[in-house]
This record gives sequence, C-alpha cells and structure tokens, in this order.
Amino acid sequence: MNDSGTFWLPEAASTVAAEVDGLFYFVYWASAIIFVGVVAAMIYLAYKYRRRDPNDRPEPVEESRLLEISWIVVPTILVLLVFTWGFQTFVTLQTAPPNAYEIQGQAYSYGWNFEYPEGAQTTDELYLPADRPVQIRLSSREGDVLHSFFLPQFRVKQDVLPNRYTSVWFEATEPGTYELFCTEYCGVGHSQMLGEVNVLPADEFDEWVAEAGINEDDLSLVELGELQYQRNGCQGCHSLDGSAMAGPTFQGLYESERAFADAGSVEADDNYLRESIIEPDAKVVEGYGSGIMPSFAHLSERDVTALVEFIKEQE
Amino acid sequence: MEAAAHAASQTDAEPRTYLNHETSLWEWLTTKDHKKIGIMYLISLAVVFLVAGLLAMAVRLELMSPDFSIMSASQYNQTFTMHGIMMVFLFIVPSIPAILGNFVLPLQIGAKDVAFPRLNLASWYVYMAGGVLTVTALLVGELSTGWTFYTPYSSQQGTAVIFMTGAIFVSGFASIFTGLNFIVTIHKMRAPGMTWNRLPLFVWGLYATSIVQVLATPVVGITMLLLILEQTLQIGIFDPALGGDPILFQHFFWFYSHPAVYIMILPAFGILSELIATFSRQRIFGYRAIALSSVAIAMLGFLVWGHHMFVSGQSAISSIVFSLITYLIGIPSGIKIFNWIATMYKGSVWLQTPMLYALSFLFLFTIGGLTGIMVGVLGVDVHLHDTYFVVGHFHYVMMGGSVIALLGGMHYWWPKITGRMYNETLGKIAAGLVFVGFNVTFFTQLVLGSQGMPRRYYEYVDRFAELHMISTIGSFILASGLFLVLGYALHSLFYGKKAPQNPWAAATLEWTNVAAIPDPHNFTSTPLVTRGPYDFHKADEVFGGSGDGQARGDGAGSDASRLTPPEAAPSAPKEDASA
Repeated sequence: MNDSGTFWLPEAASTVAAEVDGLFYFVYWASAIIFVGVVAAMIYLAYKYRRRDPNDRPEPVEESRLLEISWIVVPTILVLLVFTWGFQTFVTLQTAPPNAYEIQGQAYSYGWNFEYPEGAQTTDELYLPADRPVQIRLSSREGDVLHSFFLPQFRVKQDVLPNRYTSVWFEATEPGTYELFCTEYCGVGHSQMLGEVNVLPADEFDEWVAEAGINEDDLSLVELGELQYQRNGCQGCHSLDGSAMAGPTFQGLYESERAFADAGSVEADDNYLRESIIEPDAKVVEGYGSGIMPSFAHLSERDVTALVEFIKEQE
Repeated sequence: MEAAAHAASQTDAEPRTYLNHETSLWEWLTTKDHKKIGIMYLISLAVVFLVAGLLAMAVRLELMSPDFSIMSASQYNQTFTMHGIMMVFLFIVPSIPAILGNFVLPLQIGAKDVAFPRLNLASWYVYMAGGVLTVTALLVGELSTGWTFYTPYSSQQGTAVIFMTGAIFVSGFASIFTGLNFIVTIHKMRAPGMTWNRLPLFVWGLYATSIVQVLATPVVGITMLLLILEQTLQIGIFDPALGGDPILFQHFFWFYSHPAVYIMILPAFGILSELIATFSRQRIFGYRAIALSSVAIAMLGFLVWGHHMFVSGQSAISSIVFSLITYLIGIPSGIKIFNWIATMYKGSVWLQTPMLYALSFLFLFTIGGLTGIMVGVLGVDVHLHDTYFVVGHFHYVMMGGSVIALLGGMHYWWPKITGRMYNETLGKIAAGLVFVGFNVTFFTQLVLGSQGMPRRYYEYVDRFAELHMISTIGSFILASGLFLVLGYALHSLFYGKKAPQNPWAAATLEWTNVAAIPDPHNFTSTPLVTRGPYDFHKADEVFGGSGDGQARGDGAGSDASRLTPPEAAPSAPKEDASA
C-alpha cells in the first residue's frame, strides 16, 4: 500500500471514496471557517472589552433580531445542504449495481472467511477484481457475536450479525493491497481480527479464482486439518511454534501430560483433543481461563477428525 | 467531608453556617440539607472520577506504542469498559445536577431547600448502592463488554454483566429522584418575584435536564432489566441464540443513551451562561433563546437515537430520518454558542479561572459540535463510525463540554461552598494545562479515526503509531492539570483565604443574598426578586453597594479590593415569607 493519503484521510481506492472524500472536505472546510470565526470573535471580544476597572459598569446591549435570525437561518441552510449531499452518497453506498460480482463473507471470533461463486475459499484474505462492482453478503457465524466489516481505503463499513444477512458493495479502482479491520468490538481478539485485501487486475483475478477453488474431499486429513485450523481462527490463540498465546500451543501437545486448574491431570490423547474442540470448558489447563474458547460442535465429523490429526502432527 | 467540617470548626466565633451546624458524621449521613447532600455527592463523584481517570491513563499508556505493553488484551478490555461505564453512568450523568444543582439550585431561586429533602437524601443512598453493586460486579468476574453492553457479546459474559447492569438500573433511580425533585422545586419553591423570565439560566438548564432524566432513565432501567431477565430466565429478547434480536438492543440502549448526552450537556450549558454573564458583567444575549433552546434540545433529543446505528443493519429509511432530525438539534446548540460570544460584546470581561474554563468550553464544544455534524452526515459516517474519530468527537462533547463546564462551575461556586478562595495563579496554570493536554490528546484521535483506526483496539497497525504516541503524551499533560486542581483545592480547604460573600460581583441570589458560607436555612429572610438575574446594567439600583468597606475579591489582583458587588435583593413582605 502506498502512502498517498491526505492528512485526514487514507489513500482512496474505490469509486465511492472520491465522493465520500469530497463531502468530508466540504464539511471540514465549512466547519474550519465557522470554527475560526467563533474563536477569533471570542478572542477579539475578550481582549477589546477586557475589564479595565473592577467597578466597570457596561452599557446594556440591545438584542438584534436581524443578527439572531441570520445565525439561525444560515446554519440551517448549511446543514440541510450537507444532509442532502450525505443522503445522496448514502444512497449510492446502499444501492449495489445489479451486475455486481457476489462474494459471500462470514465473520467469526476472530477472523473472516470468504467464498467466491467459482468455489474458491479464503481466510483473512479477500481477493477482488479491479474496476468491477463487487457485493459482499455478510453474516456472522451461528452463535457468534457482532462484527463489523471495515475497509478504510474503500470508505465502506457494515456491521455483521449472526442472525441475518447484511451486504456492502464497492468498486475497487487500483490494484494493490489494502486493510480490512473489524470495527465492532467482539472480545479479546478484536484487534487481531484483521484481513488483507488484494485487488488484482481483472485478468489476474480471473486466473486466481479459477485456480484457487479447492475440493475439500481431495485433501488428506492433515491437509484438511490445517485448512480448518486457519479457517476457524485457531491460530489466533493456539500457536504451532510453542509460543504462549491466549490458549495453549499445539506444539508437542499430543500425548503430553495436561495439568488442570482443578488439580486433576490427564494425558492428551485423541479423545481429549476431540473433547477440547467440542466442549472446551470441560477441562481447562492450568493457567488458562474458562469461557474464552467457543465450542466448535458445529464442525462436521470429518473436520473434527482432520483437526485432531493436524494437532497430532505438531511435534 | 471531614476536611470541610474541620475548616468550619475554625470559624466558631462567627455566625452559624451550614458547615459549623450539625457537624457529626451521623448528622451528615442523615442530613436533609441540600448543600450537605451536594457535598456528599461531590466527594463520592470525585472518587469515581479519580478511579475512572486513572483507568483512562492505563488505556493511554497501553496504546503509547505498538510494542509497549502493560497489560493483556483481556485486562485492556476490562480497563476501557470500566473507564466508560464509570465515567458515563456513575460520573458525568449525575455530576453537575447532583453536585452543583443540589448546592446551587435552591439558593438561586431563593428557596430554603429542595421540595423533597428526604427524597434528595435517598437519591445519594441509592447512588451509593449502585456503587456497591459496581464493586460487586468487579469482584464476581470479568467485565469486558464496553460501556454499550452490545448483545450477543454481553449475553455470553456471565454474572459480572448482571451485577453491572443491576448497578446501572439502581443508580438510574438516583437520577430520577434528583430530576423529579428539581422539577417540583423549580415549579413550586421560587421566591416571590422570581418569574420564569427571571430564572437564572443554570436553573433553566437543570429544568430541561430534569425532564430528560425523568423521561429517559426508566428506559435504560427497563433495558438493563430485560438483559438480566434474558440471562437468568433464558428468554430470547436480544440474543439471537435464543431467538432475540441484537439490533433491538441497540435501539433500546441508544433510546436512553442519546438523551443521556443531553443530561450531561444541558446543565453544562446552564453553568456556561452563569460564567459568561458574570465575568462579562453583561446581560446574557438572547436569554429567551438560550432558555427555550435547552427545552427544545431536551425534547428533540428523544428523536435522534438512530444516528448511532447507520451501519448497524437498521433500514436505510430510518437512517435518513434520524440524520435529518440530528441536524435540527444541532442548530439550537449553535445558537447558544453565538449568544454566549455576543454576550461579551461591550461587556467588561474578567479573565479569572472560571471564565478561562468558559472560554475553553466555547473552543472545545464548538469542535465537539462540528465533528458531530461530520459524523451525522450519512455518507461520511459510514467511514467514521466506530473509529477514533467518534472517540475524539464524544470526548470533545463530554469532557470538553460537560467536564470543563463542571470545572468552571466548581471554581465559580467554590467560595460559596467552602467559604475559601483557591489560589488564582495555580487555577489559571491548571486551566491552561487542561486545555492544552485535552487538545493534544483528543485532536490527534480525530485524525487517527478518519485515517481508519478502529475503536477498542488493544493493538494497532504501525501507521497509527506516531499519533497514538502524541495522544498519550497529551493525556499526561491533561492529567497533570487535573491533579494540580485536586492539589490546590485540598490546600484551599485548610489554608485558603476566607472568601467574601460575593467575590465575583455576580448578580444572582446565591451571591447577593446568602452569607459567605450559607446559613443552614440559606436565607435569613425570603428575598423579593425585582430584576432579572443578569441585570448588571441597572447600574444605580444594582451597584449601589453597601459601602461597608469590607475587603472583597479574591485578593489575587491588587484592584480586587475595590470591587463593589451588587446589593442584595430586598426581603419579601413577612406574609409572603410565611406563605
């Protein structure tokens, strides 16, 4: 990402961004003029009429109707102008063109899955064609919390809910790499719920999307487990290299002795791993809190087995 | 409280005052004197402000640089959650009405007390019960929902949320009691001649605030109760896992929490009118416009809650309607700013500490208002929503507005409350530190937000590092200013110069007709009000002066001793007083 943004706004990389920025700077300059006027008047009056004698007896000032009416009418006209402009931009933001390319987006604590019409699936990486309107249909995973899909360089944002679809559309203008942030507070991993947006020229995107389609049935269990590890956001809390995060590392986990907060201990066998995925709070390892990891009971039998096999591989 | 009592014990030789009358701890805890209840609130709220402020410092310290860390993500979430909850629900909402409203309102309208003194005392106890529940919430578990309690996240957080929402439910009643009390007091307890057009504007501000408190607070109570019922009985209301709707929660929450912004700012407007008029010695420009626009804001404030939800998934039509009404409410606020500035015209502007806070308010609140216009623009809010721009905006309104006005008001009425002057030089230095520190802290946050920095982030990407560092440095300057205020306030309690009855030559009753330290029953005789609250210009009548030669002013300026305050309003005829 190049740093071609302004003092106030980051780089603009979508068609709607120019419109939003124009409106932002109109309000900004209008505000700046009013603000400078207010402060200048304040300082001037405070100086000019400073108290010269403790017993100053100022003359009363007659209120001026004209003045009062003018400072009601002028701001009213200004805000109605700004409202109308903002309203038009909002309608643009809300109305996807009928030919938009549709991507499904699913948010979970803490990551993003995207699925393309051609079958490709990605996690925390969004691939987009340049110069083509894209609509993303968003939802949060069943039983998960609210998230919000925010692309600062595109000037779009939409809350993501677990019980309904919301959608957002935009048209990327410049190939490059951009940021995806979660902007609805969602828990300990909120600030790590980031994604990368890759805008590709149209022909490169078509190539990518044709190659990226993965048939899960063709994967071995360990490969599928690795895919599920990334797709379900396990990497947010469980490292593979032994480093401590919110949850225990997977390195050397299999067949190790696990000591629990309630003083018991057990060897981490296949059934222990399975239980920890489906019912995480059943046994909590000493030093870690309960109620932090959600249950993954919704995964298919093959997916759970694949995860167990994948963890076993981390020696 | 003890300190104040101690200060009073040194004045035994002098006439009876509310501070040397009934001074035991038990008498304080059972007092029905609005002034003592105001002081009890002042002490409780000062503790809350200190704790919540230190939490804010911890948040800023954590965010100082991307690599620097003093706590875990979970601790960070709990820290900003408690900062928000304590500042909003337990500090700013009650602050001005409960401290200064309680102390000043009856004095300003010429009353002996509020209409329901026992209810007033009950409000303090209810507030303290809310405080106890808050501490319980912290003891039973982790609270990391943010002050907004959005479902379904809050539904998954367990018992701490139940206790905290219980605390908000309970302390809401303290607000309702105060509001109810003030409405009745203003309607029924005004001194003879104190017509609605002669009410000081602080009283008008409190009146508008009270209406909002009484009408809006029950809604947050109901919302919190529904949250508790949902969690204990597993009825689906807000949690989609149980068949509820999270957007419904947001509607309920903001239906209270937006009007709550007006609970915070309307009394601040009132204080500002007092400060600007007194320190400009000029009749307030557009008295009626300021008084009525407060009431208009109180009413319209109920119809704009949806502007917090432009990207929540609510319908586009709702968003558009809410945006339009939001602009309508911006206009009365603008009118007030213009009126206050016009009040200085041909006045006699005295830049004492309270006036410095008033001018700070005009500067900061104007930024708060204009950034409010920015986030009210539908198309732009989509980009700015839930970023640091919003954080900066509401700090400019709540801290730059309400808290700065509270500080100005505390300095202004400090001599009346304690009978002592504070150190004027230190006061001016502190006001400067607060002003500079505040802008360095929060203006950078406006830039951070429009650059895309999301709220409530424990970590952030490198491009935000520089601005976060500046913001943290600003917060240290701000904190040093506030600690300086605490320091000289405590010093003044014991060693401050004795205050004269009317050090600022103000024209409202609490200065003209009440002793330096008020009598337990406020007025020795019921005043008869014959002029408006800011009629400084009626020179012959107002500046007649008692000529008793008593040194007045705070002694900071050499010419302050020559200051002649307005004379007292005459006493009402006896039969009126007994009525």
